[in-house]
Amino acid sequence: MRNETNSQAFRAGFHDGIPIGLGYFAVAFALGVAARDAGMTPFQGFLASILCNASAGEYAGFTVIAARSGYLGMALITLVANARYLLMSTAMSQRLDPEMKKIHRFGMAMYITDEIFAIEIARPGYLHPFYTYGAAAIASPMWAAGTALGILAGNLMPVRIVSALSVALFGMFLAVIIPPARKDRVILVLILVCFAASWISEKLPLVGTLSQGNRVILLTVILSAAAALLFPHPAEEDKDN
Amino acid sequence: MQDNVYVYIFVMAAVSYAIRALPVTLIRGRIRSPFLQSFLYYVPYVTLSVMTFPAIIEATQTPLSGALALAAGILAAWVGASLFQVASLCCVIVFLSEFLLLH
Repeated sequence: MRNETNSQAFRAGFHDGIPIGLGYFAVAFALGVAARDAGMTPFQGFLASILCNASAGEYAGFTVIAARSGYLGMALITLVANARYLLMSTAMSQRLDPEMKKIHRFGMAMYITDEIFAIEIARPGYLHPFYTYGAAAIASPMWAAGTALGILAGNLMPVRIVSALSVALFGMFLAVIIPPARKDRVILVLILVCFAASWISEKLPLVGTLSQGNRVILLTVILSAAAALLFPHPAEEDKDN
Repeated sequence: MQDNVYVYIFVMAAVSYAIRALPVTLIRGRIRSPFLQSFLYYVPYVTLSVMTFPAIIEATQTPLSGALALAAGILAAWVGASLFQVASLCCVIVFLSEFLLLH
């Protein structure tokens, strides 16, 4: 694994990026409808998606555009809606080869999305930049194309197909979190606690009114900190886990 | 009047990128604190779990089809199915169950 060439890593990333691209395409369709409501053209939707690669963040941004709430408002909303990427980016910094060329840090940062981050951390050892680029090469254009098509023809795609494709992303998350849970009882229990906490938090009076993105941040910080205090993870070789 | 859509898109893209790029480019070395190491080790699992449930049963047309996809996905991943297989299986389960349920 550690000695794979750039092109091997790129191909592996591309392969794993296909289900991401399909899921993105379906979700981006729905996003495109919001962009159309904001009065955006298909080209503007494509541009926003290829540059931002963010679902909730873009959705929030499009509502700002719809209301023309000002550039500062746009900056603040984007910051809040995407703040969880600060955590993912920090986690990613610990999985990079210190010898890796610095330019790749800038390249990989562009594609820290929930899904691409998920498939990256599922691989053993240091993250390979070309694995990220391979996944991004299929997933990002499909995300952008889906947005543009959603603006053009958001209502034409059968709702049953959209419904089926929309779970592809969750299926990928499961494929990432379940195998380690099988080996490590702590992670298994942690996942179940997370499911329960996430479900309950939607019903709670105060937390329930937070946006989905902010709830994710809040729960991630609280639950990860609790797990770290109760079950410190021994930092063995960086190559494992 | 701030009404240039391209400026809005540029601001959105710049902030989105800064959030992602700052930690990974500024934190060059290994974090030493055992607590932070453990914290960061658990972050991905917690984030992904929290995002999966209950969202998966809210994304589909009926909660039951989402729940079936969740169960099938967990089972398939448990026995070692690949990422692509698990994702595809979830889609197929939702499509079939909604086909049967909504007819």
